[in-house]
Amino acid sequence: MLTINNLKVGIGNKQILKGLDLTVNTGEVHAIMGPNGSGKSTLANVLAGRDNYEVMSGTVEYDGRDLFELAPEERAREGIFLAFQYPVEIPGVNNIYLLKAALNGIRKHQGKGALDAVEFLQVVREKMKLVKMDESLLNRSVNEGFSGGEKKRNEIFQMAVLDPRLAILDETDSGLDIDALKTVAEGVNSLRNESRSIVLVTHYQRLLNYIVPDYVHVLSDGKIIRSGSRELAVELEEKGYDWVRQEARAA
Amino acid sequence: MTDETAKVEELVHQDYEHGFVTDIDTDTVAPGLNEDVIALISAKKEEPEWLLEWRLKAFEHWTRMAEPSWAHVHYPPIDFQGISYYSAPKAGTDGPKSLDEVDPKLLETYEKLGIPLHEQKMLAGVAVDAVFDSVSVATTFKEKLADAGVIFCSFSEAVQNHPDIVREYLGSVVPVADNYYAALNSAVFTDGSFCFIPKNTRCPMELSTYFRINAANTGQFERTLVVAEEGSHVSYLEGCTAPMRDENQLHAAVVELVALDNAEIKYSTVQNWYPGDENGVGGIYNFVTKRGDCRGAGSRISWTQVETGSAITWKYPSCILRGDNSSGEFYSVAVTNNYQQADTGTKMIHLGRNTRSTIISKGISAGKAQNAYRGLVNISKRADNARNYTQCDSLLMGDTCGAHTFPYIETRNASAIVEHEATTSKISDDQLFYCRQRGIDEEDAVNMIVNGFCKDVFKELPMEFAVEAQKLLNITLEGAVG
Repeated sequence: MLTINNLKVGIGNKQILKGLDLTVNTGEVHAIMGPNGSGKSTLANVLAGRDNYEVMSGTVEYDGRDLFELAPEERAREGIFLAFQYPVEIPGVNNIYLLKAALNGIRKHQGKGALDAVEFLQVVREKMKLVKMDESLLNRSVNEGFSGGEKKRNEIFQMAVLDPRLAILDETDSGLDIDALKTVAEGVNSLRNESRSIVLVTHYQRLLNYIVPDYVHVLSDGKIIRSGSRELAVELEEKGYDWVRQEARAA
Repeated sequence: MTDETAKVEELVHQDYEHGFVTDIDTDTVAPGLNEDVIALISAKKEEPEWLLEWRLKAFEHWTRMAEPSWAHVHYPPIDFQGISYYSAPKAGTDGPKSLDEVDPKLLETYEKLGIPLHEQKMLAGVAVDAVFDSVSVATTFKEKLADAGVIFCSFSEAVQNHPDIVREYLGSVVPVADNYYAALNSAVFTDGSFCFIPKNTRCPMELSTYFRINAANTGQFERTLVVAEEGSHVSYLEGCTAPMRDENQLHAAVVELVALDNAEIKYSTVQNWYPGDENGVGGIYNFVTKRGDCRGAGSRISWTQVETGSAITWKYPSCILRGDNSSGEFYSVAVTNNYQQADTGTKMIHLGRNTRSTIISKGISAGKAQNAYRGLVNISKRADNARNYTQCDSLLMGDTCGAHTFPYIETRNASAIVEHEATTSKISDDQLFYCRQRGIDEEDAVNMIVNGFCKDVFKELPMEFAVEAQKLLNITLEGAVG
């Protein structure tokens, strides 16, 4: 599904990713953990196609294609979804209107017909339940005046409607209280299946108590310095990031 | 980023869609302005003596007035003697009585604009008084309106058929000496629209006028008068496009609205005149005086405008809230791209008690354009419990354009409550990226964000106009994000 090979990425004059390798197969859930400034969000944004990063070298293959040849909207239509760390507010643009335009854009790309209002609402109603979304949020402007929890919930709700093949969740747990975290995690878990891959980017292992990953990777100073199973996250929680860094240096 | 900039450039340079000139015989007087030219216009239109005198009085004022220079717009001096003040399509001695008699080339022009008149007739609920250059050539739906007692005709016809009403109200809202361009218009106006809604009548359809400037180097001086008698209601739509041309064209229209007791006038405009090319060459100078008089108690006048065209727009649709409990509204979207300049806003003059006014202004600038909001809220001594709410938002696209806000608030009554809110924002990369990440094209994303920004104004427009307005906005701003 996704193969990242020796990826080096900078912003301005500063290099952030310094030779990152990662392979995600179909149906797998990978957690990328790391301290602040290690390059987690950069990775998420580069995969989604944000243009203020400079890809210096390395390759990313998505579904056998060169990901960097695709514009952000093309990546989205090919099934890549980014749940934003800070979902932006768009005043005056109806939440559900944006979502309908997005879904019908993706459907068109897949050679399917556009959903009419009734069919679309059916999909929406069904998916809303997954994240216990309040119906009143549907007809508000995109993210405008949403609480932190509502914004994150809205991201997962969009993910449910758009049905991506590769979902990248950027710090979806940040700023959530424990109840909101559980709701969001339940939503994500309900969207886990053998044809969808998920990359969780997170600082804390707390999220991984609720969304249990198949693999855990530790990102430090622009490189993955250690990969392992779920247990690695637990160990990290006990011993801290310095421990892995030292081990990596020793090795 | 550079790729994107190139794409944006290309889209910005898209040509004006409605650029074409109809080859049609025109009856045009030689350039220049003096009393003889005014007398000639008046004679050609077979006007009564009082109207000629009124025109000459306006001309006399005009010769003593100075061109205003306070607006935030820049342009070379206008040679008022280089303009031809009269141009009419040659359509025989009598005006055409049906569409069959209309010059086929004229009809073709409308078809290019997407407003074929024979289809307009069938369009439910919209009557069209088509103004081509300065003379009305076709009016539809007259019968149905006549049944309701509504008079809707060209200004010239009104002068011939309803001289008493015209004489009573003409210049009663915008006096001949009101301002430089209003005085000029009063002296030389050739035609326009006239609308009269009798007492307790709800106009059975939206009234619509399409304006179009055609003959080269001809100033266009429209005169519109709408009178709503006690307890009546009317919604009036005005929309315009223009063919492409090189020389700047002056357009100085005057619109007067009069609302008597408990009458309601809703006046909507979509303005899409030629804005000039991407280097700022050509384009219409749109210096317009629009004013509504809430003369009666409980009356209401609402202006909604979507301004996407013209090289320079200088326009302040205003309300005089004379009657007690009367209310005025101004909803505006002004879009400027390339070298367009707009200085627009409103004046709300509170004279009566318990009068209220609402101002919602949305300015969008792209390219090297300058967009200014200029608004006056004046609460007079007698206007107890007056209320005003003003919201004034600017959206910038790119970093070579400008947005300016000049609010004037004058209050002489301590019971007044005046609120003013203003914001300036940019379409952010974050918003664009968010939309694109959801699978939406960059262009669609820009349209979505801009339309969202203008939502509060668009919802005031009649349905079919709202659709046209969104389309115009999208054409004007295509790819204007850099």
